Amino acid sequence: MSGAGVHDAITRAHHDEWARVVAALTRRFGDLDVAEEAAAEAFAAAVERWPADGVPANPGAWLTLTAGRRAIDRVRREGKRDDRHREALMRYDDDPPEPLGAVGDERLRLIFTCCHPALAMETRVALTLRMVAGLTVAEIARAFLVRETAMERRITRAKAKIKDARVPYRVPSAADLPVRVSGVLAVLYLVFNEGYLATGPGADPIRPGLTAEAIRLTRLVRALLPDDGEVAGLLALMLLIEARRAARVSRTGELVTLDEQDRGAWDAGLVAEGHRLVRERLAAGVAPGRYQILAAINAVHTSARDVRDTDWSQVVALYDRLVRLDRSPVVALNRAVAVAELDGPDVALAAVERLGGDLSGYHAFHATRADLLRRLGRSAESRAAYAAAIELAGNSAEVAALTRRRDRLAG
Amino acid sequence: MQYLVSVIFEEDGRATPEEEAAIDVFNDRLVAEGHWVFAGGLGAPTTATVIDNRGGETLFTDGPFVESKEFLAGFWIIEAADLDVALGLAAEGSRACNRKVEVRPFL
Repeated sequence: MSGAGVHDAITRAHHDEWARVVAALTRRFGDLDVAEEAAAEAFAAAVERWPADGVPANPGAWLTLTAGRRAIDRVRREGKRDDRHREALMRYDDDPPEPLGAVGDERLRLIFTCCHPALAMETRVALTLRMVAGLTVAEIARAFLVRETAMERRITRAKAKIKDARVPYRVPSAADLPVRVSGVLAVLYLVFNEGYLATGPGADPIRPGLTAEAIRLTRLVRALLPDDGEVAGLLALMLLIEARRAARVSRTGELVTLDEQDRGAWDAGLVAEGHRLVRERLAAGVAPGRYQILAAINAVHTSARDVRDTDWSQVVALYDRLVRLDRSPVVALNRAVAVAELDGPDVALAAVERLGGDLSGYHAFHATRADLLRRLGRSAESRAAYAAAIELAGNSAEVAALTRRRDRLAG
Repeated sequence: MQYLVSVIFEEDGRATPEEEAAIDVFNDRLVAEGHWVFAGGLGAPTTATVIDNRGGETLFTDGPFVESKEFLAGFWIIEAADLDVALGLAAEGSRACNRKVEVRPFL
């Protein structure tokens, strides 16, 4: 096999097998730290050996075996120094998990452990990207604009807490499952959003690496929990947003809003897959949760070939359902944007003004208000609102878009 | 595996009779299900004395070792198989005593 071929095989194995190797070793050794290090060593060994020896027939088995040997070496080495190591084994539930789609897939235990509610949200995100997605600490640090040493500390502390406080390595009981699954989905959605609209001055407005990782992880969770409606909903939502990526930033680095995007630049394959998932959930006839409703809203948008064909009454009806589940002012703000198209900017502005108390520090509130005031011909007030939005905007692409809209104001 | 469940409170004052009753019910359950190790309520932080005998002379200082708005009002020590079990019990304990609690593992 050529050098490039071996390189591709290793990359593919890393994508397909990393989480499986970490999960298998965590099960066997009861220690995330041992599992992570041994998995990393096994992949390093593959980089060294595969170009000379050839790619093994079953890369996953080779990696798991190699990692297992490395882990035994380490446990032996440390066992002499520290007998407590063996006592600190994670609690592992030997009963086969409840039949949840892919029965007994070790990766599911790994995901639930990394997304445990006893860990801070940013820690869950970091741990999931390291243990399940296989990103390096340096890559995760870069993605979240923190120093590598700080990210390393965060991950090390999390592994120590999991071990010392004995966070169990298992799929939650049926009673806890809905809450715990929604915790996992919150982690995945946060990763996606950070990639979709990065924060911080000087940050790339879109970090496709993170959106792609979030989608890959959500596909994995969907494969493991195929009957969960919200998992399908979140995947559909991500796909329908990702489909519009190429149209979202102009050649000059400016953020392009949905109504001005070149719809021909959308990824038709992703749109079709997202629509298929939304239809599947509609056919299931179960009351949809938050992600499924958001996916349905995005399905309505991506069904219109021209923004003028958008079924706004459908969008508003879906937001009405969402408001019943999620009373957050951000949802109410997004609903108002749709109301402007259905009932006019004056009706929408009245709804937006009611949110000022909660959202006065949120750039999208000021941007929405500015757009509505502009459409109502109230230029001076609009200009002031754009200025407030620009002041609060998170990245350069948004600032550019807001500045252009402000400069379109008459007088 | 044992966990310390600390009861966190911010005002002086003992548990009300309703809270006492709920704590009794919860404690009975801990005993019945094998989770009970020990528990107790503590006097106000102003009743504390700090002792330092690291040097030649034993020093006694009036008052708690840290001044803070929140303080330790009591605790449970529970036996639990893992953190999920401990967190579930702590959630019930918080409801029973009507206060925030913190869970920490013993090493």
